[in-house]
Amino acid sequence: MLGKLTLAAVPYQNPIIFGAIAFMVLVALAVVGTITVLGKWKYLWTEWLTSVDHKKIGAMYLILAGVMLLRGFADAVMMRAQQALAYGPHAGYLPPEHFDQVFSAHGTIMIFFMAMPFMIGLMNCVLPLQIGARDVAFPFLNSLSLWLTVVGAMLVNLSLAVGNFARTGWLAYPPLSELHFSPGVGVDYYIWALQISGIGTTLTGVNFIATILRMRAPGMTLMRMPVFTWTALCTNILIVAAFPVLTVSLALLTLDRYLGMHFFTNSLGGDPMMYINLIWIWGHPEVYILILPAFGIFSEIIATFSGKRLFGYTSMVLATMAIALLSFLVWLHHFFTMGSGADVNAFFGITTMVIAVPTGVKIFNWLFTMYRGRVRFDSPVLWTIGFMITFVIGGMSGVLMAVPPADFVLHNSLFLVAHFHNVIIGGVVFGAMAGLTYWFPKVFGFRLNETLGKAAFWCWLVGFYVAFMPLYVLGLMGATRRMDHYDNPAWQPLFVVAAIGAAIIFCGIMLQLAQVVVSIAQRERARDPTGDPWGGRTLEWATSSPPPAYNFARIPVVRDRDAFWDMKQRGVDLKAAVYRPIHMPRNTATGFVMAVFIGLAGFAMIWHIWWLAIGGFAAAMVALVRHAFDDDRDYYVAAEEVRRTEILRGRAQLRSV
Amino acid sequence: MAIGDTTAHGGALALEPGYADNAADALRDLRPAGETIDFELEQHHDAASTAQLGFWIYLMSDCLLFAGLFATYSVLHTRTAGGPTPHGLFDLPYVLTETVFLLVSSFTCGLAMLAMGRRSRGATLAWLAVTFVLGLAFVGMEVHEFAHMVADGAGPDRSAFLSSFFTLVATHGLHVTCGLIWMAIMMALVVKKGFTPSTVSRLSCLSLFWHFLDIIWVGVFSLVYLFGVS
Amino acid sequence: MKLPDTAIQAQGGGAGPGRSPDAARLTRLLPLPAALLLSGCQWAVLDPKGPVGLQERSIIIIATVLMLLVVVPVIALILIFAWRYRASNQKADYQPNWAHSSRIEAVVWLIPCVIVAALGVIAWRSSYTLDPYRPLAGTVKPIRIDAVALDWKWLFIYPDQKVATVNQVAFPANVPVEFHITSATVMNAFFIPQLGSQIYAMAGMQTQLHLLATEPGAYQGLSSNYSGDGFSGMTFKAIALPQQGFDAWLAKVKASPQTLGTSAYEQLAKASENNPVAYYSQVQPNLFTDIIAGGMAGMAAMRSK
Repeated sequence: MLGKLTLAAVPYQNPIIFGAIAFMVLVALAVVGTITVLGKWKYLWTEWLTSVDHKKIGAMYLILAGVMLLRGFADAVMMRAQQALAYGPHAGYLPPEHFDQVFSAHGTIMIFFMAMPFMIGLMNCVLPLQIGARDVAFPFLNSLSLWLTVVGAMLVNLSLAVGNFARTGWLAYPPLSELHFSPGVGVDYYIWALQISGIGTTLTGVNFIATILRMRAPGMTLMRMPVFTWTALCTNILIVAAFPVLTVSLALLTLDRYLGMHFFTNSLGGDPMMYINLIWIWGHPEVYILILPAFGIFSEIIATFSGKRLFGYTSMVLATMAIALLSFLVWLHHFFTMGSGADVNAFFGITTMVIAVPTGVKIFNWLFTMYRGRVRFDSPVLWTIGFMITFVIGGMSGVLMAVPPADFVLHNSLFLVAHFHNVIIGGVVFGAMAGLTYWFPKVFGFRLNETLGKAAFWCWLVGFYVAFMPLYVLGLMGATRRMDHYDNPAWQPLFVVAAIGAAIIFCGIMLQLAQVVVSIAQRERARDPTGDPWGGRTLEWATSSPPPAYNFARIPVVRDRDAFWDMKQRGVDLKAAVYRPIHMPRNTATGFVMAVFIGLAGFAMIWHIWWLAIGGFAAAMVALVRHAFDDDRDYYVAAEEVRRTEILRGRAQLRSV
Repeated sequence: MAIGDTTAHGGALALEPGYADNAADALRDLRPAGETIDFELEQHHDAASTAQLGFWIYLMSDCLLFAGLFATYSVLHTRTAGGPTPHGLFDLPYVLTETVFLLVSSFTCGLAMLAMGRRSRGATLAWLAVTFVLGLAFVGMEVHEFAHMVADGAGPDRSAFLSSFFTLVATHGLHVTCGLIWMAIMMALVVKKGFTPSTVSRLSCLSLFWHFLDIIWVGVFSLVYLFGVS
Repeated sequence: MKLPDTAIQAQGGGAGPGRSPDAARLTRLLPLPAALLLSGCQWAVLDPKGPVGLQERSIIIIATVLMLLVVVPVIALILIFAWRYRASNQKADYQPNWAHSSRIEAVVWLIPCVIVAALGVIAWRSSYTLDPYRPLAGTVKPIRIDAVALDWKWLFIYPDQKVATVNQVAFPANVPVEFHITSATVMNAFFIPQLGSQIYAMAGMQTQLHLLATEPGAYQGLSSNYSGDGFSGMTFKAIALPQQGFDAWLAKVKASPQTLGTSAYEQLAKASENNPVAYYSQVQPNLFTDIIAGGMAGMAAMRSK
């Protein structure tokens, strides 16, 4: 009746896990309680859970990313603590079975449920505004994508309380991830969480490509698009091209585990090397999916805060496209040590290095944007400069490992771990933080507290170096990754320093939480009345903060790059003369409902509760078909209401800046 | 909407506002004077063609999904682990029959789309029904082939070759099955609501899907069956 | 620290693959400042005891220096430009619409291209010269050792000497070692950081690795690919001995009462962690090929949850 699921699946004997579960349950109860006390359930349902508004969907992605950052960071702290303690005769406090789940969950959560939602959230919030559109091409699909991602995140977190998570690392290499070596539910949680959220991500890719290609404001040719839009376009092309390969890899592993097939097993012809190739054919474009939006964010920020056009727009666009294309030609550098032979290794080593060229071009372009500009050191710029320096160092260690024989001694060492954290934290996380600070006033209507923001930045920057420079050294000392215990006592001081670095980052995160709380409390003081708090250059700043649901009362006409800056320079009067009714999509519960049923089906698949798996999936399909038959999916905002909204937001009297 | 040099419009632009009343107005400002645009029609046109563009992009992602499965088959098809090989397993005349069914169904689907173009409800439904039956026959024959193989001890758990064969072919079959379900729903929609813009747009997407599956099948037939037996 | 001697030995002893005299002289000098900085800590990768490791260290150092040629000025420029063009500095030139310069573009594309081209040449050449499958140059006949990754220990089979050991491998210094590596379980990786390259250990197939130790010593060995709960304990000692020392060690192994027949192997293959060193005076013939042929079936132990 309940498949493999029994009460024994709840690890109530394990104090650490049980403490974590208790904490999560308490937080959930607190949230539920607060909403109940404030009487906001209906509001939550009608305004947020069923919303198809890209701005709200983007905000929810950002909230998910923030929560999962805390969860993933807790895993990081646990690992740093364990490794600072467990040398020689000391075993530390985390047994291997637990430590192995922690590092697997850490990677999975940070990539799939923190970094991806952060970038997709920012793209959601900003992109339609930047191109002068009212929403994305497929608002319902947008909602579905969000909730599928949330469901995936919920499954990963559920694995803590019911059953356990994979003990395979974040990419679940076979044969370790096969049923024979991982007979429990851990790998199944991993598979279904990623498959479900992966479908959501692929749909996002389709959605945004169609949006960018079809829904730009008149006059916005491709070469007049903001650079963030360009990087978003390339990112979403990468998503559409790469995620199907992840789907295939996970599906084949699923077939091995559920139906006894032999794709990647050690027997009857299976070939684990095939999985490694497939998963990295996805995996490498994935990291570019993460970094390209960050590059776009930095381009926007450095131009705006230098009061100057971005240097080398055309080469930025070409460089972005080159990076996107090349990202499919480098995957083997993740396993030079598999013994593929010199020709193969050399080829992929060289292609990997070639990617450094367009990336280097971008750094130079940002550099020359500052040159002869007037750089204001608001916190988005601090994040940007911190990124430029840190990412260059991380890129250096990457190009170093792109030389196959260098990789032969550095692969899978802590040097590697330092490298990818260097580029992911220095690039993706700093970009996310910069973008969040930059666009927060647009999305929520008030600025984030600058003092706390700057303090948080310094903690992150210093904390990152203190946490990860020792790891470069440890890698050169011969330390490998994913060890819950090591013999050499000379390594311990370095692990302790790394743990201190994690503590400093923790301070940074706490400061950011404080920043959010304080900013909300002080929001009236920090309101953005003009919609353009930073002297922006692109169209999102031409709306009020936050924009009305329909974004623009009338679609602007674009004449040049940096469309809004151009309008300001020409003294264009942005007041609307005539208001027209605006066609808007209606909110719908279908995305949320479908995701819940698919989540139930995923849970059922994990625990082999076949009737629930089939039922859940069928129910989701019924919801979809019902939605297809529904004609009442859109409405018109009356012209008079548009006029009233614009007056309310101070737009009707807006003069050009 | 690539708009080039706008100076040709001279005087009109000197007074032009920062906003147009709507996208069509803005377009009108920038096009040669005298051309009129029906905004409503243009907007609905836009929605349908955007939907089809989105569907194309999805089809490309599906193409890559099949590419992954083809790649896996290419690597694993020699790994028969001492078990059945393509020679012993594949019944080419049988598979040719299925192929003919599918290819003809693509043709009848095209006829259905032509009927839709004429807005002829009866003809559209009739040709869709024929397509459906042919597609169902294809799936039925495939299921029968699979059942036979499993009964003969040549199931997907026997070897890596068989795992990759079953998965590639069955994924295609699953897509066809989903297409059939979709087709049935579309037929119901046509009966219930007629040729609304949304129904027409969806039928176009369905036919794209159907032809795409045909192309994938040509790949499967060639790479797996023909190549395997030779 | 005997670094200069080691470098000469590697070059002159015929143990390393041929290199140009200039490169050899350069690499002999490079470790000195590094050694001065790092004396007291053992940075295994930067203090190699074999020609493979030495060449890999040279590559690391040369590549890093090449990149620093660009990276250091870039970081300096970032800080200089940010400071000089800060908003409060009204004296600095402000050109808000200056956004293109063909000369700068040319330089900006060219410099990374040049560095990448140089690194590319290094990558190409060294991928061949340091291919793990490539035998080391020299006239000394290599000793062949088969390594099998088990859960969670390393089994070493000496096919010519017909002995086996667990978690300890010994070989004569200055004699090339030809490792043939497989796994009887999940994917692992065979790595002795102070001697050089690592390579994956995969079931059902064998990989090869050629290493050489120029100096006697006990070097840390490990698996560098996570393979499950006992992974951290999957370390071993790689001991390079003078020829007589190796003969004595071999005699000790041959005197061991334990033998590695089929049932003893099946027992060994069961999951265990932190295994102590074990010696086997006899080994089942063709054990290594049997393990490869068997893959997982019948050979690897079932893991408990």
